[in-house]
Amino acid sequence: MTDSAIEPMIELRNVKKVYDKKVVGLKKVNLTINKGEFVVVVGLSGAGKSTLLRSINRLIDVTEGDILIDGKSITKARGKKLRLLRRNIGMIFQNFNLVKRSSVLRNVLAGRVAYYPTWKTIFNLFTKEDKERAYEALKQVDLADKVYARADELSGGQQQRVAIARVLMQNPKVILADEPTASLDPQTSLKVMEDLKMLNEKHGMTVIANLHSVELARKFGQRVIGIRAGEIIYDGKMSATPESVFTKIYNGGEEDD
Amino acid sequence: MIDDSLTQLPKKRFKIINLIWLIVLIAGLFISINVTNTHISVLFENFSQFSDIFVQMANPDWSYFPTVIPLLLETIKMAVLGTIIGSALAFVYSLLIARNIIKNKLVTGVLRFIMNIIRTIPDLLLGAIFVAIVGIGPVAGILALSVFTFGVVVKLFYEAIETIDPGPIEALTAVGANKLQIICFAILPQVMTYFISYSLYAFEINVRASTVLGYIGAGGIGLYLQQTLQVFDYAKTGTIILVIIVVVVLIDYISSKSREALMK
Ligand SMILES: Nc1ncnc2c1ncn2[C@@H]1O[C@H](COP(=O)(O)OP(=O)(O)OP(=O)(O)O)[C@@H](O)[C@H]1O
Ligand SMILES: [Mg+2]
Repeated sequence: MTDSAIEPMIELRNVKKVYDKKVVGLKKVNLTINKGEFVVVVGLSGAGKSTLLRSINRLIDVTEGDILIDGKSITKARGKKLRLLRRNIGMIFQNFNLVKRSSVLRNVLAGRVAYYPTWKTIFNLFTKEDKERAYEALKQVDLADKVYARADELSGGQQQRVAIARVLMQNPKVILADEPTASLDPQTSLKVMEDLKMLNEKHGMTVIANLHSVELARKFGQRVIGIRAGEIIYDGKMSATPESVFTKIYNGGEEDD
Repeated sequence: MIDDSLTQLPKKRFKIINLIWLIVLIAGLFISINVTNTHISVLFENFSQFSDIFVQMANPDWSYFPTVIPLLLETIKMAVLGTIIGSALAFVYSLLIARNIIKNKLVTGVLRFIMNIIRTIPDLLLGAIFVAIVGIGPVAGILALSVFTFGVVVKLFYEAIETIDPGPIEALTAVGANKLQIICFAILPQVMTYFISYSLYAFEINVRASTVLGYIGAGGIGLYLQQTLQVFDYAKTGTIILVIIVVVVLIDYISSKSREALMK
């Protein structure tokens, strides 16, 4: 599924982000990510990984340049158009970002709100089909028995898997995962990464994940992008990437190249 | 060695401005005592008169009790309605002035300014204003309590909204939700218990405030308070005061217990 016809899913064209008129987040980034890819983004803290991801679904506005999602510009979209583009892009966060006081089911259904008119979501009028679908999604991440539990009763790893079920419910074409395992233990991290892999392979979703662990990056990434000080300094197939590249990305902060 | 490292803690800089404030405050205190001619002695001179009244009040006229009941109920109704109307308005208004919901600083700024002005008006003055507008009766009281409740709840509630975890808002934004959906799914679940708690708190204040509103013609039991005091019938006044105290204590107790339960 992944290597068939190569079509661009996300295109960044001369994207620049400057925070508060002085802090540089991204410098003139050009990048194309194709449909079905599993991309890992690595780099030191403060390199601009989150800035890259959050520009793609416009949680932050870029300063210059254009970003295309499946051929449509998200940087120029407004209102409903923007929301429909966002509906195609799921996001997994380091802190899970579940509504802690709501039930697991409601958190998963929240992934679906952009498919409904506002008034129906306000009165909680989700279709029976969607409720079934939410339950299915929870089954896929092994949390079917927690469907009516409150989100804050779950462990971190379970909460992250609820977030994955929420993305399943959203059924996007792209998933952005910003350090999805940073607050989890190694065992749980592995499980969450397996779930992301499942979304990539079984559901054909394009995945871009910021990772701090080289080990996980190696195990799951098909393509590696290395970022330093807002610039892409490496981009290549994981299978063709020698260990020295990682060493350089993580230790070469002082080197000039 | 240890002493050496201890002295490395930089001294907190003495701020001259703090001293100036202290002087201004003390000077202000003395000036206001002089200007208003306040003397503690006045309090003691009239003490005998006070104890006289107190003795009369301590022997309440229980035959008066049934007469009081209808207006007592009216008082409570006023407090309930005022709380509901005021809280409902405060709910919507808080969403409009919370900066994590409405990003436009001009809109929130103007709306906050209006809110702050409304908040400065004391409840009795509100009562007087509404008596002037809609005439004597409980409607004036309800309106006064609504506005007063609005002021109390809006301030507490919008601050609660602004301190929520922003994560769920981001998650819902990323999902493609619109503003109302974000409010409904990410914000309200985090703040609803606060809203209910603040409304109950306003209710407690309203029950107390509503008992005196009648004094200025804004409906409720305060009317009898005024009537009995005017004819120096302190035994009846005593009945009213006792009834008020019992009701206030009871409602306070129930309300604060429910608030505790909510916040668990
Ligand atoms: N909201 C913001 N306001 C101002 N500067 C910011 C903001 N967010 C990020 N930055 C700055 O932009 C640069 C890139 O930050 P970014 O969060 O993208 O890094 P990162 O690679 O995700 O780091 P980490 O691994 O620590 O998450 C940093 O210098 C950071 O200080
Ligand atoms: Mg980051």
